[in-house]
Amino acid sequence: MTAQIATLLVERGAPGTPSRVDAFAVPFAPGQSLLDGLRWVRAHADPTLALRYSCLNANACKECMMLVDGVVAYACTARLEAREVRVGPLPNKALIRDLVTEIAPPDERFPSARPGDRA
Amino acid sequence: MRHLAADVLVIGAGAAGMYAAIAAAGQGAQVLLAERSLIGRGGATVMAQMTVAAAVGEAAPDHWQHHLADTLAAGRFLCDEALARLLCEEGVEVIKQIDAWKVGWARTPDGRMAQVHAPGHDRPRCVYVDFLATGTAVSRTLRTQLNRQGAVRRVGDLVVTDLVRRGGAVVGAVAWHLASGDVVTIAAKSTVIATGGLTRLYRRNSASANMGGDGYALALRAGAPLIDMEFVQFFPIGHLAPRLVGMDPIMWDPFRYKLGGRLLNRDGEELTQRYGVAEDGRYVATRDVATYAIAKEVEAGRGSPAGGAYLSFEHVPEARLREAFGPVIDRLAANGIDLTRMPVEVAPIAHYHMGGIRADAAMATAIPGLFAAGEAVGGANGANRLSGNAITEALAFGRRAGLSAAAHAARSREVDWSREAAADAVALLRDSAPARDRPNVAAMLAMLQDVMQDEVGPFRTQAKLASALARIAALRRDLGDRPFGSGGAYDAERLDWLDLRCMLAVAEVVARTALARTESRGAHQREDFPAMRPDWAVNQVVTLRDGAVALARESVRAASLQAVAV
Repeated sequence: MTAQIATLLVERGAPGTPSRVDAFAVPFAPGQSLLDGLRWVRAHADPTLALRYSCLNANACKECMMLVDGVVAYACTARLEAREVRVGPLPNKALIRDLVTEIAPPDERFPSARPGDRA
Repeated sequence: MRHLAADVLVIGAGAAGMYAAIAAAGQGAQVLLAERSLIGRGGATVMAQMTVAAAVGEAAPDHWQHHLADTLAAGRFLCDEALARLLCEEGVEVIKQIDAWKVGWARTPDGRMAQVHAPGHDRPRCVYVDFLATGTAVSRTLRTQLNRQGAVRRVGDLVVTDLVRRGGAVVGAVAWHLASGDVVTIAAKSTVIATGGLTRLYRRNSASANMGGDGYALALRAGAPLIDMEFVQFFPIGHLAPRLVGMDPIMWDPFRYKLGGRLLNRDGEELTQRYGVAEDGRYVATRDVATYAIAKEVEAGRGSPAGGAYLSFEHVPEARLREAFGPVIDRLAANGIDLTRMPVEVAPIAHYHMGGIRADAAMATAIPGLFAAGEAVGGANGANRLSGNAITEALAFGRRAGLSAAAHAARSREVDWSREAAADAVALLRDSAPARDRPNVAAMLAMLQDVMQDEVGPFRTQAKLASALARIAALRRDLGDRPFGSGGAYDAERLDWLDLRCMLAVAEVVARTALARTESRGAHQREDFPAMRPDWAVNQVVTLRDGAVALARESVRAASLQAVAV
């Protein structure tokens, strides 16, 4: 099967800096997921691309939620297609970097200082 | 830099870590639960499909000693009996405990826990919540209990990079907070490693991207011995083709429990028959036998097109498929798979690690203040793990580790923390390799996964293992000793560098122990030494001496049943 090419237009950036869109041409076989494509980008084009994922394919960890063509989707279940696809961070969550947003409940994040904390 | 203090630091928030935190807090300890991903979501627990083995005796009369006998038999004479007993005996209690916490174990119409008969067990012993979502339920249940414990601080995105030792004991850790890029020091009277296994070392793996053996590397660098590191379990029928998204590759396991299914070679012959196990449409071959059979058929040119075996449910009536797996049948249809008309292709996939940190039945390691729990612990399952033992182990070992860690903390009046003891580990996180010297670290990580898959997989030879060790050493040189990236918030390059540092150390240990074990046993199969040898009924124990891996052989701990785990 000859590989097709998906063009991923990925919104990149960090808080306080203007975001930019990087384009990546990603070879794929039909059936592969967007997460496959983003991992391909990291290993073949840009290892600094930041995204969250844990379970790879099972859709169990629910960490790879992002904006795909303007719609909230899981990267592990969205399919790659031979066209331009816009990928960005969740718009309603605080941005950490690139596709990573703060999705943990407040009481599962780094704690604010408490009296017992001292070096 | 931030500093935190706790009585008990638990590293990893899967089932073992969450249960350890709950148990320690229950004893009055102040607990910090550090998870590199998100609490209850980043480990293997959330991915567990179905079976959880425990001799609760609801489907048929049972006793934990029967479960123990099966576990020891599966372990091919290498199980640490005290640990296996802990799993089987206290496993019953923790399964009942999380039932009380409303995990929702499936029930028969008369209200008893439903139990299925998994390969290698002598009777129906495996409870489950749902055939594909047992792990999700276990994880959610523990997370709910955690939230009720005011004494547990839960922190996600916190990557522990080194343990801190002082006066021969572990006194805490150094961590990198991913979400902010901050360096964090943690003083703790007791530390529990509950980081899971090392399946991420392999290209084809069924666990999470977080399980790259970092807990083994932490323990090793802190001076704690590892055991049985050559025994990596491959799950025989991991999904291979056609490409299937949104499903765990282990999903065919529950299908086989419920419907049997036929494992076939290219020519449509039942595949394990040639290897001594006639399945005849049932699900009875243990994992090591099935893995061996599939690999050998592929090697003999009788594999499926994608390089595995066929798994067929074509003989099962559609009504029965739908009755057993209703909504899943629709998800398969969305992936273009109609089980009534086509087989799928399956192949072995790295699934679990029998080896790990050496611990006693109190989950204490050789280093004071350092404990381990769950898959991170080596020895309970010997050379091969039974279906259903992993979640039970996580729960039973987690609880025990939490109790032991809390007791140790209660005995320690103050933690012997010093900033100097943490200085090297802090300095590492503040360092950066010059940009011009940086190869693509994500590519290097994938390269290591290829090396391990192709040369340190289920079938090993002296030549392949020696080649793997050379390639691991080359990757180590390329990685260097200064982190890539700048260390800002979610610096993905730096995270890969820190992960690869651990993964390469652990990969070397797996390859070294596999090379030394010149026999075949359970999950470790040497094509150049195909027989199991009585003189190899010993454990290999690994330590780090002056930065170099040192191997030793030790007798299997077959403690008398009266003397253990009381």
